[in-house]
Amino acid sequence: MGETTFRVWRGERGKGDFADYRTEVGEGMVVLDAMHQIQAESAGDLAVRWNCKAGKCGSCSAEINGKPRLMCMTRMDELPAGEAVTVEPMRAFPHVRDLVTDVSWNFEVKKKVKPFKPRAPDAPDGTWRMQQEDVDRVQEFRKCIECFLCQDVCHVLRDHHKHDEFIGPRFFVHSAALEMHPLDVEDRVHELKETQGIGYCNITKCCTAVCPEHITITDNAIIPLKERVVDEFYDPVMKLVKLFRRKP
Amino acid sequence: MAEYERYEHDVLVIGAGGAGLRAAIAAAERGARVGLVCKSLLGKAHTVMAEGGVAAAMGHVDDRDNWQVHFADTMRGGQYVNNWRMAELHAKEAPDRVRELEAWGAVFDRTPDGRILQRNFGGHRYPRLAHVGDRTGLEMIRTLQDHAIHKGIDVHMEVTIVQLLKDGDRVCGALAYDRERGRFRLFAAGAVVLATGGIGRAFSVTSNSWEYTGDGHSLAYAAGAELMDMEFVQFHPTGMVWPPSVMGILVTEGVRGEGGVLRNSLGKRFMFDDIPDNYKNQTADNEEEGWRYTQGDKTARRSPELLTRDHVARCIQREVREGRGSPHGGVYLDIAWIKERIPKAEEHIKRKLPSMYHQFMQLANIDITKVPMEVGPTTHYVMGGIRVDGDSQMSTVPGLFAAGECAAGLHGANRLGGNSLSDLLVFGRRAGEHAADFAATKRGGAASSESAATEAIRVALAPFDRGASAGAESPYAIQHDLQKMMQELVGIVRVEEEMSRALTGIAALRERAKRVGVYGNREYNPGWHTAIDLEHLLSVAEAVTRAAIDRKESRGGHFRDDYPDKDPAAGAFNIVLRKGGGGEMQMERRPIPAMPQYLKDIIEAQKA
Repeated sequence: MGETTFRVWRGERGKGDFADYRTEVGEGMVVLDAMHQIQAESAGDLAVRWNCKAGKCGSCSAEINGKPRLMCMTRMDELPAGEAVTVEPMRAFPHVRDLVTDVSWNFEVKKKVKPFKPRAPDAPDGTWRMQQEDVDRVQEFRKCIECFLCQDVCHVLRDHHKHDEFIGPRFFVHSAALEMHPLDVEDRVHELKETQGIGYCNITKCCTAVCPEHITITDNAIIPLKERVVDEFYDPVMKLVKLFRRKP
Repeated sequence: MAEYERYEHDVLVIGAGGAGLRAAIAAAERGARVGLVCKSLLGKAHTVMAEGGVAAAMGHVDDRDNWQVHFADTMRGGQYVNNWRMAELHAKEAPDRVRELEAWGAVFDRTPDGRILQRNFGGHRYPRLAHVGDRTGLEMIRTLQDHAIHKGIDVHMEVTIVQLLKDGDRVCGALAYDRERGRFRLFAAGAVVLATGGIGRAFSVTSNSWEYTGDGHSLAYAAGAELMDMEFVQFHPTGMVWPPSVMGILVTEGVRGEGGVLRNSLGKRFMFDDIPDNYKNQTADNEEEGWRYTQGDKTARRSPELLTRDHVARCIQREVREGRGSPHGGVYLDIAWIKERIPKAEEHIKRKLPSMYHQFMQLANIDITKVPMEVGPTTHYVMGGIRVDGDSQMSTVPGLFAAGECAAGLHGANRLGGNSLSDLLVFGRRAGEHAADFAATKRGGAASSESAATEAIRVALAPFDRGASAGAESPYAIQHDLQKMMQELVGIVRVEEEMSRALTGIAALRERAKRVGVYGNREYNPGWHTAIDLEHLLSVAEAVTRAAIDRKESRGGHFRDDYPDKDPAAGAFNIVLRKGGGGEMQMERRPIPAMPQYLKDIIEAQKA
C-alpha cells in the first residue's frame, strides 16, 4: 500500500500539537500497527495505551480521523487512500501524554453503582435456574469491553462536562445489566434519576454508533432505564395516590 | 537517597487477571489489607481474551462427569508430569468456584433446564466447559472485577514491578514504578502473590498481549525461587495467519467444539491420519461419528480435531511442512460446512461464536459462516512457571506465592483448554487465603530492603543516562530480535543444535541489553517500559531454552525432532531451574513424588 502520513497528537497534560510521521503500510494493517511501527522507527517515546490487539480488552481507544474508535480494529484499507490519517487521544477525559488519557473517573463512577445482589438460591444446593431467553438481553450488555468510547462521544460529558452529575452510557449499560439480571433484587432507580443524571441523555444515539461491540446502548439499555424512572417517579396514578397521602 | 512513595499492605497481589483478582478477593475476605497491582488498567488483563470456557465437572450436560474423570483427563493431557496434588484439588474445587461466580453476577449460557451450559473441548471426556458464547474470559474478569471493587482492595493501576524485596529469606515487598508519571513506589507487604501470567511475548507469533513478558517468572527467579517445567510451552493449534498484522491472534477451540473441521489444501480431514494410541479408544474413526459427538450424542466418540492442543498443532505443522498447507502457510478451519447438516447454520455460528465472526469480518474480510478460515499454530501458554506447594501455592521462598499461568504444576507437559480459567479460580483463591494467613504472622518492609530499592531504582533509570547516544541499543530492536530468534530456534519443533545457537544468541542479546538507551522523560514512556521488560524476557527465554535442551524426549508441548519419542525415564522427573550464587542458571532433574494409590486407581479406571 506504500507510505502513509500519520498526524499524531503529541504533548503532555493537554498541551501539544500534531506531529507528522510517515511509515510503510502493509496488507491488513490496523492503525495500532502503524503506531507501533512509528515507535520502533522514529518516536520511541510515543505514548500509546494498548493491550490485547484483538478488540477484546478496550485499551487502545482514540479518535481516528475525528471518530472515536479502537486503534486495533481500524484497518488502514477502510480509511481514505492517499490521505493523511489523524490520530488523537479521547477528548472527554483529562490528557496524560500523546495518545493516552486519564480514564480513572470511569473506575470511580463504577464503584458508586450498587453491586449485584442475588435473590435466595432456587435449589437446595445453592444454585439458581435461569432460562436462556431470560438472560439474552443481559448478555448483550455484558459484552461491553469498557473501552469508554461511548463516554468519549457523549456530548453530556464531552461538551458539557457533567462528570459529577452524569455517569454516562457505559454505566447506564452497566446499571441495565444489573437491573435486568433475572436474579438481582437491588433497586437502582432512585440513583439513576437523582445522582446519576439519566435525564440528561436526550437519546442522540451517538454512543450506540461508536460501540465496537455493537451494543444497542440507547434502545436496549438507556430507554428502558428511563422508563423505569418514569414509572417510579412520574406515574400519574401514583402521583395522585401520593398527593392524597400527603394531606392531613 | 532515591525517591519513592511507600505503601503498606498485608498482602500484595501482583497481577490483576483472573488469578490476581481471585487471590485479592480471598485475601480481603480473610481480613487482610490488600494491594492489587495491575500492569495495565483494571479489567484489561489477558484473562479477557480467554474464549472457550472454564472447565468444571458439574455434569450439567452429561451426568457421567465428576471430579475423578476431570482429574484423569488433566493428568493424561499433561502426560503425567503434572503436580498430581494440584490436579486433584483443581478437579474437586472447580465446580464450586464456577458456581460462586454465578452468585457474584456472572451470566453463563444456559441448559434447557436453566442450569449453566457446558460444551465439549479438546481432551475433556465429557462436555465440561461453562461458557458465555466465545467471550468467557471477559465474563469472568468483569465478574471478579465488579466483585473486588467493593472489597476495600487498594488497586494500583498501570504500575509495573521492578524487583521483589526480601528480609533475610522472606519476601517483604516489592519496588515498582507507575507508568503515568514514572515515579517509584515501594510496597511493604507481609506476603506477596504473583499472578502475572505468561511469557508469550518471548516469541514473535503469539496470541498473548504485550503484558506477557514473564515478569512473575523472572522476579521470582531473581528472588531465589525455583522455576519448573519451563520447556513446556503450548502452541495453540489455531491462530490467525493472515493478514500479517493479525498473525497469532487466537481462534478459539470452541470453533472445533461446535463442529468446525480442519482440512488441508487437498480438502482432506487430516486429523484422522494420526490418532495417538492413548486416545484411540475415545476418538471417532469416521466423520459421521465425529459430527454426532459435537452435537451432543453421548454414544459417539470425540472427533479427532478435539485431540489435545500439542497434538493438533503438530499435525498442522506437518501438513504445512509437507506442502499441503493453505496459501498463507496454515491449514483450513471450516465451520461454514455445518450448513450441510443443520438449518439456519449462519445464525447458529454467529450466536455460538460471535467474537470469531466479528474478528474475521473486521480484521480479515472473511465471513466464517460462508468460507473456511486459514489458521496455524501460535504461542499461547506456558505450562512451566514458579514451583509451588500444591495446597498453599507458596513458592520455595517464604512469603512468596504464585497462582495461575505463572505457577507450574497443574498442567504438566500440556494444558487442556478450559483448565486455565478454572486454574485461576481454584489456585487464585488458595494463594490469596494462604498469603493472608502467612501475612497475619509477619510484618512487611524491613529497613534492609531500602538499600536494595535504591539500587534497583538506579538500574531502572540507567537507560535514560545512555539516552540515544552513539552505541546505545534500541529496546524495540532487542525485543524484536529475541522474539524472532526464539520463534525460529526454540519453537514448536526443536533440535539441540538450534537451541544451543539460541543460548549463544540470548547471551549476546543480554550484552546488547546492557547498552540499551531510551530518550524522552519518565512519563508514560513506552521505550523505557520495553527496556525494563527486557530483563524478564531474557530470563524466561534462557529458562525455556535450557530446560528444552535438557529434556531429551518429546512430551506434550515439548517436541524434539532429534528425540521424537516419549522416554518413560524422562516421565519420572521435572526440570527445575534456580539462580546460582554466581548469577548463573542452575538446572536439576527433580524426581516426581509418588502418587498415592487412590489417585493411581482413578487413572487406571479412566483408561478404559
